[in-house]
Amino acid sequence: MNMIVCIKQVTDPEAPPASFKIDPSSNKVVPPQGVSPVIDPYAEYAVEAALRIKDALGGKITAISLGTNQLRDIVKKPLAMGADELILLEDEFFDEGDSWSTAYALAMSIKKLADYDIVFCGREASDWNAGQVGSGIAELLGLPSVTLAKKIDITDGKARVERVTDEGYEVIEVSLPALITVSNELGEPRYPTIKGIMGAKKKEAVIWKPADIGVEVSQIGAAGRHTKLLKLFQPVREGKCEIVEGESPEEAAVNLALKLREAKIL
Amino acid sequence: MAEYKGVMVFCEATEGKLAAIATELLGCGRKLADDLGQELSAVLVGSGISGLAQEAIAFGADKAYVVDDTLLQDYQTDSYVSVMEKVVKQVIPQILLLGQTSIGRDLAPRLAFRLNTAASMGCLELAIDPESKLLLQTKPVYGGNAQAVFICESYPQIATVRAKAMAPLERDESRQGEVITVDAGLDPSAIRTKVLEKVPEEVAGIRLEDAEVVVSGGRGIGSAEGFEQLEELARMLKGAVGATRPPCDNDWVPAGAQVGLTGKIIAPELYIAVALSGSSQHMSGCSGSKTIVAINKDPEANIFREARFGVVGDWKKALPAFAEKVKELLAG
Repeated sequence: MNMIVCIKQVTDPEAPPASFKIDPSSNKVVPPQGVSPVIDPYAEYAVEAALRIKDALGGKITAISLGTNQLRDIVKKPLAMGADELILLEDEFFDEGDSWSTAYALAMSIKKLADYDIVFCGREASDWNAGQVGSGIAELLGLPSVTLAKKIDITDGKARVERVTDEGYEVIEVSLPALITVSNELGEPRYPTIKGIMGAKKKEAVIWKPADIGVEVSQIGAAGRHTKLLKLFQPVREGKCEIVEGESPEEAAVNLALKLREAKIL
Repeated sequence: MAEYKGVMVFCEATEGKLAAIATELLGCGRKLADDLGQELSAVLVGSGISGLAQEAIAFGADKAYVVDDTLLQDYQTDSYVSVMEKVVKQVIPQILLLGQTSIGRDLAPRLAFRLNTAASMGCLELAIDPESKLLLQTKPVYGGNAQAVFICESYPQIATVRAKAMAPLERDESRQGEVITVDAGLDPSAIRTKVLEKVPEEVAGIRLEDAEVVVSGGRGIGSAEGFEQLEELARMLKGAVGATRPPCDNDWVPAGAQVGLTGKIIAPELYIAVALSGSSQHMSGCSGSKTIVAINKDPEANIFREARFGVVGDWKKALPAFAEKVKELLAG
C-alpha cells in the first residue's frame, strides 16, 4: 500500500485556555509564550491509521505538510512514528490560505506523487476546525472519499471503513485509490520510539515550491482564498456564578439543591 | 448568466420525519430569506421521503424540492453530491444551509468544491450584512477558544449549522407552498462506495442529545465506579450522563458520552458539571445549556466562569449529599 498523509503544524490545542490570545488588529492568534507548536492532533490520528495498515500489509507512507516556519523537530514527528518520507510545501506564497487554496496545493502535490492507494487527512485541523481540506482534495483529484473514519481494513483491493455517524457508525466499502479522513475515535496514536526519533533526525525533508507542483501563485495561499476572515474574537464569558456556601461540602451541596428548587430549576 | 437568488436548506430526515436540525435550519433560513426579501426553498433527498415536503413547508419553506429515488436510500457521498449539484444548478440559490451532522459534514465541503465555492462548517450564528448583503458566518475556531466571522466571496454561500444553535418556527399546517419533484438522474456505476452495515450506538435510557438534564463528569471522577454515582443522579432526574474526553479515553464511560467539540453538542435545561475543569473544547459542546451548575474542588476552575451556581468542594462529599437532597425534594 502506498499511502499519503496530510499533516499540519498548529498552536498546541492543549495549551491552557488562559494562554490563548488574539491580536485584534491583525485578526491573528498570538503564539503563546513558551508553548511549542505541535502536529495537529487529528493529523496524528491520520498518521496512525496509515501506520496500522503499514504494520499489517507493508507499504510506504509519505507525509505532506504545508506552511511556513515549520519547525523540523515538530513536523518530523510522522517520520519518528514510522512514516517513510516527508514533503514540506514551504513558501510564503502557500501561507494564509483557506480550505480551498490549501486543498488545491495539497491536491497538486499528491498528483505529482502519482502512485498512491490511499490519501489520509485528519477529519479537521484543531486551529480553524474547518473540516474541508480532505473532501476538497478528493473532489479536486476525482477520488472517492470516506470521512470520519474510526477503523480501516483493506480486503481484496478495497477499503472497509467504519465511519462515525450521529447514530453510531456505518461500514462503508470504497474502491481504491480513495481519500479517507480520520476521526479521534480511531484510538490513541503511537508514541515515537527512540530509534524512530534518531532515524527521523537523519532524514531530510523534501521541500517543494509552487513551481515544483505546477501551480500559479494566484491559486494558492492568501491569493487563492474563496473566503475572507472579517473578525476573530474571544467570546466574552459572563462569569456570574453564585457560589453556594456551607460549613462543609455536604452542607453546600444540600444548599445547592435547595437553591435550584427555589429557582424552579429542579 | 442566471442570477443567484434565494435561500436553500438541505433537510435531513430521520425515521420518516423531518430531523430536528432540518426544522432549525428552516427557522434560520426563513429569517435570512426575509431579510433578503427572497424565497426559502427546502430540498429533500432520499427514498420514500416525498411526504415530508409539506412538513418542510409547514416549518417555513416557500418551495420544497423532492428528489426521491431508491438509490438514495442511504447517504453516500457520490450520489448525494451529484443530486445536490443538480438541484443547486437548477434553483441557483444565493445561500445553501446544511446541518453540521455526519451527513452535512461530508456533503457540504465536497459539494462546495464541486461548485467552485466555499463552505463554513459548524456555524453558530448567521446573518445578512446590511451593506454587502453577504452572509456573515460565525463559527467557533481553535477548539472553541475563539470565534471567527467569515464571508464567502463566491456563490452559493454554503454554511453548515450546529445542532440547537437555531430555533425552529412553530409548525403551521396552513402555510402554503409549492412542491417540485426533481429526477435524481443517477448512474449507479458512478457511486463508488457501498454501505455494508449500519450499527446504531446502544443507549440505555434517554439519549444524551434529547435529555433535559445532563450530569457530566470529568477526569476528576477517576473511575467507572465514580460514574455510577453520576448515573444514579441522572436516573433520578430522568436525565443522561455526559463526560469530557479523558473519561471516554479511559473507558470509564462509552465514547458516545463525550460532550464537546470532538463529541456531542447538547443544550439541556440543566447541565450539572462534576469534577470537570470546563476547557473551551468541552464547553463548546454544552455552552447552550440553559443552566449550568458546577461542583469542583478548584475555585479557579474555568467551569465557575460558565456556571450559574457552583459548589467549591470535593465531589465525593458533595455529590452524595446533593443527590440525597434532590431525592427528598422530588419525593416531597
